[in-house]
Amino acid sequence: MAMTPFQSHRGVLATLDRANVDTDQIIPKQFLKSIARTGFGAHLFHDWRYLPNGAPNPDFALNAPRFKNASMLVTRNNFGCGSSREHAVWAIQQAGFQVVIAPWQERGGMRVPAFAEIFRNNSHKNALLTVELGEPEVDEIFQMVDRYPGLEATADLDRQRVILHLPEEIAFHFAIEPAVKERLIHGLDDIGLTLQQEAAIRAFEAKHDPQLRR
Amino acid sequence: MGQTLVEKIWNRHVVTTLPDGTAILYIDRHLVHEVTSPQAFEGLRLAGRTVRRPELTFATMDHNVPTDERTVIRDPISKAQIDALAANCRAFGITLYDLGSARQGIVHIIGPELGLTLPGSTIVCGDSHTSTHGAFGALAFGIGTSEVEHVLATQCLPQTKPKTCRVEFTGRPIPPVSAKDLILKLIGTIGMAGGTGYVLEYCGEAIRSLSMEGRMTICNMSIEAGARAGVVAPDETTLEYLATGDRPFAPKGETLERAAAFWKTLPSDPDAPFDRTLTINASDVAPQVTWGTNPGMVVDVTGRVPDPGQVAGYSRKDVEQALDYMGLVPGTPMTDIAVQTVFIGSCTNARIEDLRTAAKVFRGRTVASGVRVLVVPGSQQVRAQAEVEGLDEIFKSAGCEWRQSGCSMCLGMNPDQLTPGERCASTSNRNFEGRQGKGGRTHLVSPEMAAATAIAGHFVDIRRWP
Repeated sequence: MAMTPFQSHRGVLATLDRANVDTDQIIPKQFLKSIARTGFGAHLFHDWRYLPNGAPNPDFALNAPRFKNASMLVTRNNFGCGSSREHAVWAIQQAGFQVVIAPWQERGGMRVPAFAEIFRNNSHKNALLTVELGEPEVDEIFQMVDRYPGLEATADLDRQRVILHLPEEIAFHFAIEPAVKERLIHGLDDIGLTLQQEAAIRAFEAKHDPQLRR
Repeated sequence: MGQTLVEKIWNRHVVTTLPDGTAILYIDRHLVHEVTSPQAFEGLRLAGRTVRRPELTFATMDHNVPTDERTVIRDPISKAQIDALAANCRAFGITLYDLGSARQGIVHIIGPELGLTLPGSTIVCGDSHTSTHGAFGALAFGIGTSEVEHVLATQCLPQTKPKTCRVEFTGRPIPPVSAKDLILKLIGTIGMAGGTGYVLEYCGEAIRSLSMEGRMTICNMSIEAGARAGVVAPDETTLEYLATGDRPFAPKGETLERAAAFWKTLPSDPDAPFDRTLTINASDVAPQVTWGTNPGMVVDVTGRVPDPGQVAGYSRKDVEQALDYMGLVPGTPMTDIAVQTVFIGSCTNARIEDLRTAAKVFRGRTVASGVRVLVVPGSQQVRAQAEVEGLDEIFKSAGCEWRQSGCSMCLGMNPDQLTPGERCASTSNRNFEGRQGKGGRTHLVSPEMAAATAIAGHFVDIRRWP
């Protein structure tokens, strides 16, 4: 089915200052038993967010009152690593976030992407925008969020920009593959697109033997 | 110019390339389990679609299943999820290895056992450890639930071509250093995101000398370095594995001969270009133990808990958070760390060879007082074989619990969990916070190390083990 298109989003920024946040933290295992696609928002970051007695943990960054209505999550490198659970993306969205921003990093002369690969794929299948910026840029966003409580930003996918709505606006450009951008902007039905290739799939199946039985 | 193993598999499976550059990749095998599939089947129904190739789709229940008494699932939510998989498989004509089946087990253990995992094929599953199957020279990777639905509906996935990284392990690991130590060493070296965007092709003398079980352990943890997949070129060891044993889906007779001739064409050509190359001397690798909250936070067993300012690739804050969670003090020798629990299991290390190795250490010894040891075979086939060999008796007389197969304490979706503060030596793949139970403290090790730790009550250098 068609996905909700993502064109542009303006909202309050929230910061989570941790690297390598894995999907076990985003949505712990006990919530994966559901057979529904909904109901995960209340459990986002459950083990960090709540004390053993069920009360909100005052030490967890995202529980700060100033982030209450946040819809853009700013975090650190290698976000969404580990388990392939798409429930992580559903939880983030159902807790009100539409954009996640994280930095790529250089390590050993190599560029380490901001987001783990399966998490990033899952995000794009659900119209959760992942924005990869440089480390100095993300550092600057962290500083500005600290300095200006309630700071808002806009993620403009068409122009590939994140704009911080400060007294004097700051804009950062981000890169995204054209195919991913196209699918997000138009909310294209991924499965429908593949099904349009039915003739090619049939022709392929006529000559390909997946079970090596021929 | 020559082609890599991955390029050869890739080229063989591209159905078409869309104008935007996305390749439509054909999927030969789709493995399904209970946790990541219900929403995909629901999506199919809502869109009025069906499963395109049910005969290429295979399901089992592994994540949620109890490993003690299997006939009664006490948790009603777990039971509903298990029942949903059974109902979906019935409705769409998918083969299911359910809890009553002698072939049930962890999805990544039963795929190879059944002969579903074949060289040169493409395999996906809604599970990050699908990389395990790469040990056979298959391109195998984990996907999310939307992609599970995509493969169910189309038997294809839109994909971008991965970059390739050649990881050569020169020399041979000196026993009892094992495959688990090699992969932990690699992850410690390149970091848990160091492989993101790549398929890692493992090669070199050390890899050639490994059994299929060892190769699966290595490919299994490719995802812990962030890699899309890991692969090992098929060779005589691969052929031997596929030609022997009860593997109903593996080719046989003349078909096997034709398949084997094809498999011989798969290894990367000598002049094939890789995007990146890494070399590790396997004979220098010591037994590894993780100290932190991700698999890249790892040290030689002879090492110490690191100082927060001294760990390459991590900020002081990252390390402080990890040590605080783990309840460890910098400078503590790893061998001084005592554990309360030992878990021998998971898709990383619960194949028959892993159990044989652990049993060898346990034989004639007993578990340290106060230590709980769970031995959870990866499949019912592994369990049955272990019982034929009498391994279960060795485990039980040493004081271990001998369980039914499943994912168990690797992720604690079933009742097998750590309690807050409980420290565990685990043969699994992730030492994330809370992974094995909220507040639980996980140290990843090989089966040999886990068994020796169970007996000593603390980590030991098994090279100096009596």
